[in-house]
Amino acid sequence: MSTVERDVTAPPELVERLAEAEEELQRLREQLAEWERSYAETPERDALFSTVSGQEIEPLYSPLDRSESASYEEALGVPGSYPFTRGPYATMYRTRLWTMRQFAGFATAEETNERYKYLLAHGQTGLSVAFDFPTLMGYDSDHERSLGEVGVCGVAISSASDMVRLFDGIPLDQVSVSMTINGPAIILFCFYVAAAERQGVSPDQLRGTVQNDILKEYQAQHAWVFPPEPALRLIVDMFEWCADNTPKYNPISISGYHIREAGATAGQELAFTLRNGFEYVERGIERGLDVDRFAPRLSFFFDVHNDFFEEIAKFRAARRIWAKGMKERYGAKNPDSWRLRTHAQTAGVTLTAQQPVNNVVRVAYQAMAAVLGGTQSLHTNSLDETLALPTEEAARIALRTQQLLAFESGVANTIDPLAGSFYVESLTDALEAEAEDIFRRIDEVGGVVPGIDTGWFQREIGASALRQQEEIDSGRRVVVGLNHFTEGSEKIEIETLRIDPGVEERQCARMARLREERDGDAVERTLGVLTEACRASENVLAPTLECARADCTLYEIRAAMETVFGSYKEPVMF
Amino acid sequence: MTEEGRKIRVLVAKPGLDGHDRGAKVIAASFRDAGFEVIYTGLHQTPEMIVSAAVQEDVDVVALSVLSGAHMTLFPRVLDLLEEEGVDHVLLTGGGIIPEDDITALQELGIGRLFGPGTPTSEAVSYIREWFATQAERV
Repeated sequence: MSTVERDVTAPPELVERLAEAEEELQRLREQLAEWERSYAETPERDALFSTVSGQEIEPLYSPLDRSESASYEEALGVPGSYPFTRGPYATMYRTRLWTMRQFAGFATAEETNERYKYLLAHGQTGLSVAFDFPTLMGYDSDHERSLGEVGVCGVAISSASDMVRLFDGIPLDQVSVSMTINGPAIILFCFYVAAAERQGVSPDQLRGTVQNDILKEYQAQHAWVFPPEPALRLIVDMFEWCADNTPKYNPISISGYHIREAGATAGQELAFTLRNGFEYVERGIERGLDVDRFAPRLSFFFDVHNDFFEEIAKFRAARRIWAKGMKERYGAKNPDSWRLRTHAQTAGVTLTAQQPVNNVVRVAYQAMAAVLGGTQSLHTNSLDETLALPTEEAARIALRTQQLLAFESGVANTIDPLAGSFYVESLTDALEAEAEDIFRRIDEVGGVVPGIDTGWFQREIGASALRQQEEIDSGRRVVVGLNHFTEGSEKIEIETLRIDPGVEERQCARMARLREERDGDAVERTLGVLTEACRASENVLAPTLECARADCTLYEIRAAMETVFGSYKEPVMF
Repeated sequence: MTEEGRKIRVLVAKPGLDGHDRGAKVIAASFRDAGFEVIYTGLHQTPEMIVSAAVQEDVDVVALSVLSGAHMTLFPRVLDLLEEEGVDHVLLTGGGIIPEDDITALQELGIGRLFGPGTPTSEAVSYIREWFATQAERV
């Protein structure tokens, strides 16, 4: 039955227009049927026609592939308005380009401070701190478990005094700073606030982000300290304190990056990340916080992998799913609570040690996908990152890649340029549907924390990683320079950064001095108050900040909390 | 010491504070699929914990995965502890982000092959099988 027959009372002009539309659709169907016949007659080349996530891709998309239920307004709307598919802000890059924010940190605070000044001098617009493994795990540089790892994979920061040196000469009221720290995030955040105070900068002037996303640590990245329940409590403490004290600062960056890098598909990255985000929202609401008081400062962080269109669609789907969930399920009324703002980083896992210069090109494509997806800030990886931390030269090329995109390619001239593409819209719809399906599966395993406790997330991610490895090992998934086109891959021909082995010794000597010079009574007193606050279920931020001001060390503060909270033990599996 | 026909026992271990376990888990699964008996330690192990697991589980191979840059501390430490325990029949091998010069230096200490990024899992499997076969011949 046609539309026309159904609606006999419509005015004649409308009947005519509907009939025309019907005819046009019929012609399209016929054309496509004919095209399909000729397509079927011609052999396809021998290749995988699926995304890196394993989604089969059709040879052609047309208006017939769009879901019929959603109107343009419901599915896309305009940038800066619900459901934000086309972008979180109305004017996007026409007003302000994305923040070029290169993740950097190595050796001691002084060396990293120099690198920051170098990056800022070359046009970088925000800072992003990479901490070393001991810091990420809450150990001081002079703790026995830190041996061999101090300053190697990032910068060693064990006290507020180290943080002061890290930002020496960098005004914290002007430069926005992102910190990748999770298990002991509240401690490093307090070091940061204390360091700003010593510069004369008050908390309400701070701009930036602390990652503070513990759920994905259990699922994928594995730099944890406390078990899930107390860890979630600390995060809600941060939401509460930051809502009152740091209105321009993001107290969390809900991150898919590490989930993807650990092996997840685009759909898993999208669904796990957003579900984690909703979990934090639920925890805030359970505490009694008004959702519109903390949700506007929640921020996100996604990976940008190789499959160009799938990645663009992922960013668009993420914004739509978040907006719908926040408005419909959690009853947020402030549009800022619906608006998903995100950082993006090109996929480290796609870089090859073989023919490393090719990585510059991989990163450029990925960066373009992030920009077409509408990211708010971006880190582009350096070509040498499968081998070591980046050299200054490699870091500069990575930054230049973003500047080429911003100023030469023209992709920032118009907002959401791929909207309306039959393919991109279809992928966006498909990813949204896949995420909804994964949300249901998470509910079936009992929710996020039970899914972590039973290792469900870890197994899902591990299975995807294994499937991708098998595709690469068999050569079906082509990796240029690795399993195909391998001439010239035999040896690595680039200079890499070496961390001076004297760093550990210098940092330990500094720790010894700090322990001697600070006021020992203040240290003991503030740590005691903190332990009591942990026990009494009070918001622990203020007492942690007191510890930071007294130059208590990272591990001392961790230990003061651990007495009450205990530590996390992972379910071991592969 | 090694009887023919029995399964090769491998301990896959993550020493230090490094949380990158994608490689360790993929290689553990590949070893299992290749027919090895695999024990995976989980994350954040000290060299002492690893060596004690190796002794308890009576493994043939200890495979360390290190992506943290701490390989020059961790590999020699595990090697020394194995020696202290009088374990001389075990192959200590591994993989991760390890520069060429460091690989050479570690191999001079008596550590086996170290695999870098992009290595097909089958290469590590064959290496262990071949090593095991030569061990069996020696007995």
